[in-house]
Amino acid sequence: MRYIEPHAHMVSRVTDDYQSMVVAGCAAVCEPAFWAGFDRSSAAGFHDYFCQLTEHEPRRASKYGLPHFCWLCLNPKEAEDVGLAKDVVALLPQFLSRANVLGIGEIGLNKNSRNELKVLEMHVELAAQHDQLILVHTPHLEDKLKGTKLTLDVLRAHPGIRPERCLIDHVEEHTVKLVLDGGFWAGMTLYPETKCTSARAVDILECYGNERLWMNSACDWGVSVPLAVPYAAQEMRRRGHAPAAIDRVIYQNPVRFLSQCPKFKLPDAPL
Amino acid sequence: MLRMEKHMNRQQLLDLYYLEARSKLIDLAAFLDRIERAEGAPDFRLNALKEALPHLQDPGGERAKNVLLHLSDPTAEPIPAATTKAACGAWPGKG
Repeated sequence: MRYIEPHAHMVSRVTDDYQSMVVAGCAAVCEPAFWAGFDRSSAAGFHDYFCQLTEHEPRRASKYGLPHFCWLCLNPKEAEDVGLAKDVVALLPQFLSRANVLGIGEIGLNKNSRNELKVLEMHVELAAQHDQLILVHTPHLEDKLKGTKLTLDVLRAHPGIRPERCLIDHVEEHTVKLVLDGGFWAGMTLYPETKCTSARAVDILECYGNERLWMNSACDWGVSVPLAVPYAAQEMRRRGHAPAAIDRVIYQNPVRFLSQCPKFKLPDAPL
Repeated sequence: MLRMEKHMNRQQLLDLYYLEARSKLIDLAAFLDRIERAEGAPDFRLNALKEALPHLQDPGGERAKNVLLHLSDPTAEPIPAATTKAACGAWPGKG
């Protein structure tokens, strides 16, 4: 089996996780910029983080033979401070040409506030100006539905944004149709307590198709499972799905979306 | 939108998932008992959870979606400012 881990916060994981992922068939890992669990005190903290994502973490992954890609932004949890956000967004262009940067992400909303929306719009404008792919974080729990609708409105309103170049992550049963009907890609995050279980993710695939959907672990410093994608593949097998259908979801779909960025290149991976 | 082919019939799905679903149902019942035995006033989350339970009887194959919608913020306007980073799993406005 081969798979892409399209959303993992590897800076928060130990090297054993890299080893386990590679042994399970992981062919590449993609790391969106996110909240560290605490607020950075200055734009300089983000500068260092972006260096970590574009210099140090790819080297760490390469020790396991795993290609490492990343997405850059100021995450929605730190977006209430618009002044800080402006400083951080101003840093981004100097990093966008680095070899492992796929685009702008994971941007979006957290509590659906006015300032978060302003910062989302700043990021969307930057992505349009630099012709970047976009990875969107949708809010948690009770805030997800409203945040998804507000985010889709922002993306649709920008004439420079094409939905097929945006992936809306963390969809669940009440948001997946909104995303797919809009022509966007959708990501299902496999978490033990929140977001999707493997069984629910397979339900969503069976109900909404596998055309523009992927699955990810979004493993980070919280309750999460770095091998969630291969575990979900096992759930697809238990449900009777053929190897080719599983490969479509866990390998080919991420490759299709991510290859819209010319920097996303992989060595041939065996089936 | 093309659905993926489903490979299992109802009997096979029951064989695969029944015990897990039974366990989760009993866990939920035990959680409600635990809350009832404890002292003090509950907050809006308890009502939100209890009021979602009838959706388990909904027809149409969208029970999970309906429960999620029931627990969601139904408003459309952005809030003035974020005063916390965390979500709690239910919308306070309902309770």
